[in-house]
Amino acid sequence: MAERYWRAAAPKASYEVVIVGAGGHGLATAYYLARNHGITDVCVVEKGWLGGGNMARNTTIIRSNYLWDESAAIYEHALRLWEGLEAELDADLQFSQRGVMNLAHGLQEVRAGVRRVEANRLNGIDAEWLTPEQVHERCPIIDTSPRLRYPVLGATFQPRGGVARHDKVAWAYATRASELGVDIVEHCEVRGFVRGPGGRVEGVETTRGRILAGRVGLVAAGHTSVLASLVGLRLPLQSHPLQALVSVLYEPVLDTVVMSNAIHVYVSQADKGELVMGAGIDAYNGYAQRGSFHVIEHQLAAAVELFPIFAHAKVLRTWAGIVDVCPDASPIIGPTPIDGLFLNCGWGTGGFKATPGSGWVFAETLATGRPHPLAAAFGLDRFTSGALIDEHGAAAVAH
Amino acid sequence: MTGRRVEVGGAGVDRARPIGFRFDDVDREGLAGDTLASALLAAGVDVVASSPILGRPRGIVSAGSEEPSAFVELTEPWFDPIVAATTVELVEGLAARGRPGVGRLPTSPPPERRARHVHRHVETVVVGGGTAGLEAAEAAAARGDRVLVAQDRPWWGPAIPDPEAQARAARLAVADDVTALASTVALGVYDDGYVVLLERGGDGRDRVWHVRAARVVLATGATERPIAFADCDRPGVMLAGAVRVYLERFAVLAGQRAVVFTTNDGAYPLADRIREAGGEVVAIVDVRDDGSGNAPPVSGIEVLRGWAVAAVEGETRVRAVHLVGPGGRRERVEADLVAVSGGWMPSLGLYRAIGGGLRPDERLAAFVPDGSGPPWLEVVGAAAGEGLPASAPFWYTPAEDLTRHVVDLQRDQTVADVLAAVEAGLRSVEHVKRRTYIGTALDQGRTSGHLVAEIVNAALGDPLGAQGPTTARPPTAPAPFTALAGVDRGELLDPVRTTPIHRWHVANGATFEDVGQWKRPRAYPRPGEDLEAAVLRECRAVREAAGVLDASTLGKIEVVGPDAGAFLDRMYTNRMSTLPVGRIRYGLMLGLDGMVVDDGVAMRLAEDRFLVTTTTGGAAAVLDRFEEWLQTEWPHLRVYCTSVTEQWAVVAIGGPLAREVVRAMGTDVDLDASSFPFMTWREGTVAEVPARLCRVSFTGELSYELHVDGRHGAHVWEAAIAAGEPYGLTPYGTEAMHVLRAEKGYIIVGQDTDGTVTPDDLGMGWIVRTDGSDFLGRRSLERPDARRPDRRHLVGLVPVDRSTLVAEGAQLVARGDADGLGGRPAPEPVPMLGHVTSSYRSAVLGHPFALAMLRAGRSRHGEVVDAVAHGRSVPCEVVPPIFWDPEDARRDG
Amino acid sequence: MLQIPCPWCGPRDEVEFRYGGQAHVAYPEDPAALSDDDWGAFLFFRDNPKGPWRERWVHVAGCRRWFNAVRDTATHRLITTYRLDEPPPELP
Repeated sequence: MAERYWRAAAPKASYEVVIVGAGGHGLATAYYLARNHGITDVCVVEKGWLGGGNMARNTTIIRSNYLWDESAAIYEHALRLWEGLEAELDADLQFSQRGVMNLAHGLQEVRAGVRRVEANRLNGIDAEWLTPEQVHERCPIIDTSPRLRYPVLGATFQPRGGVARHDKVAWAYATRASELGVDIVEHCEVRGFVRGPGGRVEGVETTRGRILAGRVGLVAAGHTSVLASLVGLRLPLQSHPLQALVSVLYEPVLDTVVMSNAIHVYVSQADKGELVMGAGIDAYNGYAQRGSFHVIEHQLAAAVELFPIFAHAKVLRTWAGIVDVCPDASPIIGPTPIDGLFLNCGWGTGGFKATPGSGWVFAETLATGRPHPLAAAFGLDRFTSGALIDEHGAAAVAH
Repeated sequence: MTGRRVEVGGAGVDRARPIGFRFDDVDREGLAGDTLASALLAAGVDVVASSPILGRPRGIVSAGSEEPSAFVELTEPWFDPIVAATTVELVEGLAARGRPGVGRLPTSPPPERRARHVHRHVETVVVGGGTAGLEAAEAAAARGDRVLVAQDRPWWGPAIPDPEAQARAARLAVADDVTALASTVALGVYDDGYVVLLERGGDGRDRVWHVRAARVVLATGATERPIAFADCDRPGVMLAGAVRVYLERFAVLAGQRAVVFTTNDGAYPLADRIREAGGEVVAIVDVRDDGSGNAPPVSGIEVLRGWAVAAVEGETRVRAVHLVGPGGRRERVEADLVAVSGGWMPSLGLYRAIGGGLRPDERLAAFVPDGSGPPWLEVVGAAAGEGLPASAPFWYTPAEDLTRHVVDLQRDQTVADVLAAVEAGLRSVEHVKRRTYIGTALDQGRTSGHLVAEIVNAALGDPLGAQGPTTARPPTAPAPFTALAGVDRGELLDPVRTTPIHRWHVANGATFEDVGQWKRPRAYPRPGEDLEAAVLRECRAVREAAGVLDASTLGKIEVVGPDAGAFLDRMYTNRMSTLPVGRIRYGLMLGLDGMVVDDGVAMRLAEDRFLVTTTTGGAAAVLDRFEEWLQTEWPHLRVYCTSVTEQWAVVAIGGPLAREVVRAMGTDVDLDASSFPFMTWREGTVAEVPARLCRVSFTGELSYELHVDGRHGAHVWEAAIAAGEPYGLTPYGTEAMHVLRAEKGYIIVGQDTDGTVTPDDLGMGWIVRTDGSDFLGRRSLERPDARRPDRRHLVGLVPVDRSTLVAEGAQLVARGDADGLGGRPAPEPVPMLGHVTSSYRSAVLGHPFALAMLRAGRSRHGEVVDAVAHGRSVPCEVVPPIFWDPEDARRDG
Repeated sequence: MLQIPCPWCGPRDEVEFRYGGQAHVAYPEDPAALSDDDWGAFLFFRDNPKGPWRERWVHVAGCRRWFNAVRDTATHRLITTYRLDEPPPELP
């Protein structure tokens, strides 16, 4: 990372494009607008500090092993961008392809796992099916014995999956976008929209004044519904707390990412030594960035069950983000019924891994007004036609 | 030079009770009442650990859980990979060694501390057992509240012993309805007055308290702030308050020649205490030069106002102190202790994490509660800023070179690192934290966090308190995974459900499959048999003689009331209201999105009474669904639903000889096909107990399900086994059941369906009524996507070589499309046509077979597609999904 | 762990309940008469405000009854609960 980060910009009166939300997806969108489409008259407005929402709160897992063609295509596109991103942004993102393992604990999970591995391979995505013995070989600290309440019967494994340092990703996109001329305005909350003839959205009203825009993109994760409601737009989204935690710092014990949907835990170990863990979302709608403690307790029970070596580990800190969840666990990317207003939301529990791909395709949408081919299936119209992209199996507890 | 035990002070230790312990493999002695830290100081141990990144020697800084420096691994009397020495109570035989910031998790974990969970309801929880906490607890108890008061330290009252507080604690300890917990840290305060606390018992047992309170009082005190100067991380630089605690509570004088470095009056009394204990105070160095402060002069001690500590000398212990004064004057003094007080910060982590806001307080140069937060929460005492000394806003001693002004001892980060982050363009304290990792180590920046915020404010030219400390994140102190997991370990991770016949299965060598929480027999392999051989034997027995299956896990719901039939019509795709009493009908249930979510049969027991069965895994969800719709949409329907899954055991006997077996068990029911045909039920006795006999079949063979009182389940099962012996009756498990039903083309919801499958996709359009009346999911079947002709359809597959078993989960592609891939990722995406949902060897067909969902599958019968899995493509012929007895002659016989 | 006052059983811990999302979204009188758009809207589109709203809960580990609540999603504070046959209270 260069020794200069993004400029602190004051908003101008008008831009070609205004992006609401300086999280990973919003910043990536701004960067690719400038880089791929030469559109630099762009402003990213952010209510709080840059990258301070879900970007600062996720467990940084990256993978592309989704079941359906449409999801596989967009997530794999993202993963390929990840693989060149440190060079592209000239930044150390601590991108580490340490592999991602999804454990199967029941016969149906084995069937679903094999199905996903085979689908992935045919879609050009690296994927392996591991037997319990191979799980043990790859990650000896997992208890693969039959004494487990739900024994490990196998796992899918994506070697190219891994993790990256979330903050550095946001900062690198911000810095490079800023260098290309994009204005990034922090502590600037959108309170309303400027409406033109026919209800067309022509800008935003913010705590730092009115900003006009040719096109406005909402990339505000858990708060997207709140913003959309300002123009009377109702969305198929519900916002829930999603909790995560890290342990005290330990010497390395885990060199891959392990996820278990059935017993509700996923874990990796950060370079600094913390075990980074997450579980399921809290059931109720909530914007308070905190969840209920029994969810954490349940997740820890699962963790010590699966990893006996964690018997002496301790929780260092817990937190929650606000995830916007779609009925089919897939995102919404594209135009809205309101002219001038575009959406990139509904990434639910799995947005981080999509960051580069999400920005790439949404930039094209904001540049052209049309969906990128990779995003075409992810429009709002699918909720009318019924052509959902049901990724509950792949998204499950998260990611 | 070492610290040592002195004659004065020591109200918290028992000089008559020495305690032996080991540190870094050296035997030491402390006193009862010591912490490991106080015992180490008393023993003259200066260096406890090295710093995590730079490896600098580090000593003890504080006397509490805010400790940023002295971390150890405990090995006796229990294991703890890394813990602050200041929080460990000294016990006989304790053994520890220093740890540099990261713990080590042993591959073979030593025994854990036992933990259990306790649940309480009280009117008032008081967090903090210092002066303010004890007062609040006593006041609440006097009002008649049930009170729980918790103190994170092992003692009550302030750290510097106070007789009045101790008397109060003694009264509370015996008061009715007061639970007083020492050594108990409140991990978090959550919504609606929910407080989770961790009590670390001296006996090696932990308790996790889950307390619901009408009112929560936070008396969490305040934390002293350090001041950064060159090499301020050296052993011998300590917080002034801690020096005083070690002296007055533990009778340990942390150094012989002290410099007191302060921004406030609070540290002045320490000077007298040090002298009383026989130490020397070289000077009180007070950064204030504006005449503020009211500290009484301390006779004979030089007070240098407007001065600051610039640096210390010494590697493993402070040897000398460099002072800088007005006009840049410098002095060097010999000293072995720097007692630092940068002012006091109310401890508000719990308050902030539940939504409490802060406001800067200029007098304290700190943040105090702004009065926001939930209405049931109250902050008192020092945590509210009360009684704290006014402090000058002084964060570090200015210098040219700030690269040794350590701010975060656990991250080895300095003032220079903070300023570099700001210089590079980071303007948020959160960003600075995330670049430097300050505040993210074991101590969570409890002493350094505020310092960093103010250094950033100053660097940006912003006013004091413009940005506050970074987001507060529970727990207050590191909490063991195992303690929080409680007893939810092993088998108790999730309840295990077993049927009344389970013991027989275990005794007869069954292997089990987890189906939801149930343990179901998967097969009964005989000695020398593998799973496949057992399953084929079981299948053959059912096809050729008779088999018996424990079907007790089937979900069973009684639906009762005058409108029961009309209600079920809305829940199922076919009509149930026309079902005559005595008859049984198969039904399919859809989600509102039109996708299949469950199936089962409905038996009409009486005009106003149905028994419906569900899948094993779907029972609870189906009952919930019934109740939801009845209560929220159709409250006018007079229908009541009761789960009876566990009340009825179900013994399913199927096969050409099933009738003979049931007859041999002894029954008063006429089993003749003419009087008891397929899809009817009869009531009577079997094996001398009352039973409901149902002619339903999931295998395609003549079958009787015997529904009996759960208490009779084992009896009826054993009666069947005994009576069936001459007929070759064979117990079979879920695996054989899966094969048999698949041969017959019967689906398993959740295996052959995945939430994206309509009835028509399954070739079950016949079960969807078309009379225009509504049922759940009907409207969704009219949507464009549900009417696409190229949807995936259920088909049968037969491997062209008639011998290869294809893998379940295999993807289907056009012939040859995946050739040569060998399991590697395809260079270009290969179009997928569907996937294999079920695949088995058959005992009777003479070849393996599979069920699959295939794009436009019904129009592809006769075509060959490739099933791709594990690096192989297996050509398979597409056939109708019924392999056995398509005329239903055997089933209906 | 929210504390939820069941209108029938009194205040109980959140783990005894299941969440039911937005309240007062009635099943259409005649789904067949709806356009695909309207049916899609009924199926999938819900309010999602930051602040007080009306939502449903069911006391699954208690009386098993559904009821409605007014809860502030910004603070998680449960303002009131009411029975299905009671009129919805005004939002604060």
